[in-house]
Amino acid sequence: MIAITNKPIDTESVLKSVQSDLAGAAVLFVGSTRKFTGDSETLKLEYECYEAMALKKMEELRDRANEKWPIEKCSIVHRVGLVGLGECSIAVAVSTPHRVASFEAANWLVDLLKKEVPIWKREFWADGSTEWVHPDGAILKRE
Amino acid sequence: MIVKVVLFAMAKELAGEREIEIKMAESSTVGDLKRCLIESYPSVGELVARSAISVDHEFAVDAQVLDQGSEVALIPPVSGG
Repeated sequence: MIAITNKPIDTESVLKSVQSDLAGAAVLFVGSTRKFTGDSETLKLEYECYEAMALKKMEELRDRANEKWPIEKCSIVHRVGLVGLGECSIAVAVSTPHRVASFEAANWLVDLLKKEVPIWKREFWADGSTEWVHPDGAILKRE
Repeated sequence: MIVKVVLFAMAKELAGEREIEIKMAESSTVGDLKRCLIESYPSVGELVARSAISVDHEFAVDAQVLDQGSEVALIPPVSGG
């Protein structure tokens, strides 16, 4: 399952989507809105995406992960729109025959998604200001 | 030719538009487009300098030649996850 949604992510169904009799391990990563970044307090986040390209890039990441690990199934779901504190903005699930590959692949997928997939977040800070996040170090090319 | 460039996030906010049109010579490249964007939209210039350009949903290198019909977008540093 590769998807972008403006509704809350059902993380349980994302995990279920990768479980299989052929996989002895399944890892689910859930990223959610954090209240503090250093001393700055976040009220909520807003995500925007370039949907057609983001879906294409997410599918490419899945395909590249498939070449690196013996993946049984892989799902990546990202939410867009407003995401409140503690709510899930991204869920990545991977199943493999053995545990280590699931952890490695899920971690790699999240790392690369944060560098290569055209999705942007806007902070709504507690002081009333807002800020699009465009990190200096973001890499836009393949590793 | 007229190249339409789709904007996102801070670039969209700075330009005040979701899509901008840039008039360019035939056979212009992605690098030419970046220079035109910086000249025509100075407010977005600093961000353009550290953004990528996508053509038909793929990251493009500066030497790539643009076609009028291509879907072009400015991709500022991403922050999903």
